[in-house]
Amino acid sequence: MVEKMLLELLSLEKSLGLKKTNKYSTQGDKVPVLQTNNGPSLIGLTTIAAHLVKEAQQKQLLGSTAEEKAIVQQWLEYRVTQIDGHRGKDETRIILKDLNQYLEDKVYLAGDNFTLADILVYYGLHPIMTQLSVQEKEKYVNVSRWFNHIQHYPGIRQHLPSVVVLKNRLYTSGH
Amino acid sequence: MRLYLTEGNPHCLKVVAAVELTGSRCELQFVGVEERVVPFLAHSKLPCLQLDNGNYLFSTNAICQYLFTLRGKEPSDLTNQWLEWEGTELQTALSGALYMAVVQGKREEAAGALQKKCAYIDQSLMKRSCPFLAADAITVADIVLWGALYPLLSDSTFLPGDLKALRSWFERVCAVAACRKAVESILKGKGLQALKPYLQKQPAPSQRAETPASNEPEGGESADRVLTEEEIGAAAESWSKGLSAWPKPKPIEHPVLPQPNEKNVLITSALPYVNNVPHLGNIIGCVLSADVFARFCRLRNWTTLFVCGTDEYGTATETKALEEGLSPQQICDKYHAVHAHIYQWFGISFDHFGRTTTQRQTEISQDIFRRLLDRDFLLQDTVEQLRCESCQKFLADRFVEGTCPFCNYEEARGDQCDKCGKLINATELKSPQCKICKGTPVVKSSKHLFLDLPKLEARLVKWLEDSMVSGNWTPNARFIARSWIRDGLKPRCITRDLKWGIPVPLEEFKDKVFYVWFDAPIGYLSITANYTDQWERWWKNPEQVQLYNFMAKDNVPFHSVVFPCSLLGAEDNYTLVNHLIATEYLNYEDGKFSKSRGVGVFGDMAKETGIPADIWRFYLLFIRPEGQDSSFSWSDLLLKNNSELLNNLGNFINRAGMFVCKFFEGRVPEMELNDDDKRLLAQATWELRQYLQLLEKVRIRDALKCILNISRHGNQYIQANEPWKRIKGTDADRQRAGTVTGVAVNMACLLSIMLQPYMPSVSASIQEQLLAPPQCNVLTEEFVCILPSGHQIGAVSPLFQKLETDQIESWRKRFGGQQPDEGSANQSKTEAKPAAETKAAVAEDAGKDADPQRAKQLAEEVTKQGEVVRELKAQKAEKAVIGAAVTKLLELKKQLVLAEGKTPEAPAQKGKKKK
Repeated sequence: MVEKMLLELLSLEKSLGLKKTNKYSTQGDKVPVLQTNNGPSLIGLTTIAAHLVKEAQQKQLLGSTAEEKAIVQQWLEYRVTQIDGHRGKDETRIILKDLNQYLEDKVYLAGDNFTLADILVYYGLHPIMTQLSVQEKEKYVNVSRWFNHIQHYPGIRQHLPSVVVLKNRLYTSGH
Repeated sequence: MRLYLTEGNPHCLKVVAAVELTGSRCELQFVGVEERVVPFLAHSKLPCLQLDNGNYLFSTNAICQYLFTLRGKEPSDLTNQWLEWEGTELQTALSGALYMAVVQGKREEAAGALQKKCAYIDQSLMKRSCPFLAADAITVADIVLWGALYPLLSDSTFLPGDLKALRSWFERVCAVAACRKAVESILKGKGLQALKPYLQKQPAPSQRAETPASNEPEGGESADRVLTEEEIGAAAESWSKGLSAWPKPKPIEHPVLPQPNEKNVLITSALPYVNNVPHLGNIIGCVLSADVFARFCRLRNWTTLFVCGTDEYGTATETKALEEGLSPQQICDKYHAVHAHIYQWFGISFDHFGRTTTQRQTEISQDIFRRLLDRDFLLQDTVEQLRCESCQKFLADRFVEGTCPFCNYEEARGDQCDKCGKLINATELKSPQCKICKGTPVVKSSKHLFLDLPKLEARLVKWLEDSMVSGNWTPNARFIARSWIRDGLKPRCITRDLKWGIPVPLEEFKDKVFYVWFDAPIGYLSITANYTDQWERWWKNPEQVQLYNFMAKDNVPFHSVVFPCSLLGAEDNYTLVNHLIATEYLNYEDGKFSKSRGVGVFGDMAKETGIPADIWRFYLLFIRPEGQDSSFSWSDLLLKNNSELLNNLGNFINRAGMFVCKFFEGRVPEMELNDDDKRLLAQATWELRQYLQLLEKVRIRDALKCILNISRHGNQYIQANEPWKRIKGTDADRQRAGTVTGVAVNMACLLSIMLQPYMPSVSASIQEQLLAPPQCNVLTEEFVCILPSGHQIGAVSPLFQKLETDQIESWRKRFGGQQPDEGSANQSKTEAKPAAETKAAVAEDAGKDADPQRAKQLAEEVTKQGEVVRELKAQKAEKAVIGAAVTKLLELKKQLVLAEGKTPEAPAQKGKKKK
């Protein structure tokens, strides 16, 4: 688990165009830690990710208005508590169902703008999406559309293999 | 904005506090627990915030942060980090703890589940020395953590007194007006109980999240530490001093008495009740733990007295005597001998193992009683009791049976109904019956004496706080003692209408005796008095003596509250407990020990298995329920014996000795230390110091890991230097082989000393094999060269034996509480039979024994062990090591197949060739 998070952070650094390589370690084999040059180390995936975004001078990825900032934070939290904490098929289904409903009228998680929430939720969902059948991907059509969009966003996919999402429906909506 | 809330929902506290603190204009609306407010979520998620444009925020932390952001207070890295930690780490522990505390009423377990998180916050606060978590002023982080913790920490028993930084931070945030308002609006003055209706509707959080009943130590194997040059240099210097700089072991002369200007340690182990045979849980809970500590203290040259004995008075003895047709005294004599014999077999090093039915016990108890009476700490009251006129005596609860007043069960006991489980007052029983003569008893009133605990409370509290701050109390002991004080002390009856006890020395009470709880702890004093006339030098000498009480947690109230009150009230300068060491419970194969159902291993049966006492000691100490319950498991015993003792510790010590014998004619060779050797010495020294620190804090199970770490380092060292190859090489190679062998055999000698508290016989046989000088048996902070070059060692032989799966399985069956006929059928099956038939029998057994839980556990072990094997192969480890690991893997797989209820397939050999 923690190795995956470290890979995500390295990919994020690349996406953000950060040159200098940060030093990472882990805490208790489950939480990533960033050793900063100035000040104490930072602990936790979303904390470190937000820090990297600021370091790269791309604050807009954390949201531009107070509301957008709150929504970004909310989905970052959702990523580490719900998506990473999910146990078993039932909980996965609830996550996909909720996200599908939420994304019905949205391009990105925060609405009209691409943010850090899209990046980290995309990373977090990747293992779940690769497991889905074509039929299931059609069932969660909004999630699939959003996911496909993010994985083609320039510089985001990095270390992860692409997940195939069909554009034409195979199954009729009766299912 | 509109904030949706539910009453009694703990998550609402922080959002309301944030609304208040930021002065946000926000409408509060209370809705039902199950109400779905957020349209896109399939389940109810409350609290949530509806924004003016109709969007929703459903994360409590994001809501809090949003309210702060609106006031211009943007998040910082540090506030983000606290919020993330709260969401991922704290909430997992907290949801379990709240559920346990409020719904299940397991307050103590709840406190345990939260303990580590509290300590983490405390440490962070201390490190930054700021009044608040992320800055000098209050931030969103303080509100979020405070809101999460408030329901539990507002009850002072959950706030450990030693976490001072946490406590003052918590009190600081509680004092903020916004927080007080939030508490009022969500909890409505009902405290923790206000959460009950809400929590009851939540699914039970999975317990495994925070407190798995694991037998593995926390933190696992210590990673290779970075050693400084100074440490390495100092270790090499100490080494070269040799035994000349070593203190001499202090000879033990009885009677051991406290010495001025020395450390004097008085150790007691809870007195086992005489009428039962102790089981493994009793043994690890007190006598064995206390023994390890006593042996450790002696090795540190501290003046040490270790006493224990059987607790013999009381109703239970009388009942048992009736059952067996003996007199109470005969029963006591019989079982005292049983106890003494068991502890002797386990190698418990009491200075004196006494009993409570002695003249001394009567004298001292009556003396304390008179002093309490003179000082007006005793009250008189009448109690309604059942009396049997034909037997001419008042009936203790156990001597009455009748119909349950609640469920009409006809065989309810005098104190409890076995059918409905309700507690009963004997006088409430319908148609009560005397168990002895079957006559009908009548209700009579009887006068009794009570210890006035409320009057002593102020003194007790002051003493307790001092003792807990300066002494070493285990967290459960602190918690239980505090809960008793918090719930309020009531006068406690100290007399009984019985015969088998110490007579109350007052004319008016001449037919009565002391209640056992009053005089049993006095047994520690009287047992010491039977050991030496100068017992008061131990027991009335708090200035010079440090008193350690060992017990299981059920005994804590008597040792922390009731008995100290007796001694404080007697005003005779008694030595009161400084360090109260309480263990959690040991389960048996995920169930409970039960004498009546024949489940579990009892003291006398351990010997019958043929497994040496030291192996039992090792395993029980390895799984000592320190901090949480643990469980005895046969397959784990096999695993620990074969992996830790045989392959790690035994293997190292044996190889070190063998190299000396085989390559150097039994004489320790010349040693020329290079940097690698010095580094190893420093590593061993570091582990040794850890061990000393841990044992000083009575963290017995953790300290045992240090021993195993040293031998692990030793094995790696031998592996890396390959003395068996170098001995055939050039002069320089042979010199190197000598050094490595010499260092290794000295490490084996150090291990023998460190091992002594845990495995005294094994320690002695190592020293015998190495012909180690007896004066090495002292523990200091240094690792010195005890066996100099030229030292002649003796004959070397293996220390441990492998335990086999079928052996273990047969014991598991035998002690598993199965029906006797089934057991004997199994036994006949395991007798020698032609191979084919045995296989069939195994298959039959297998189906019957399918055990999904065990299978799951085994499957995990197989995966783990598989990784170990791969790792070893990748590192090109020695063949024998890989072989042993593979054997273990195959064994595990075999067990797994059995546990899954399948027939073991083709013999293991084939599988091996495929790879």
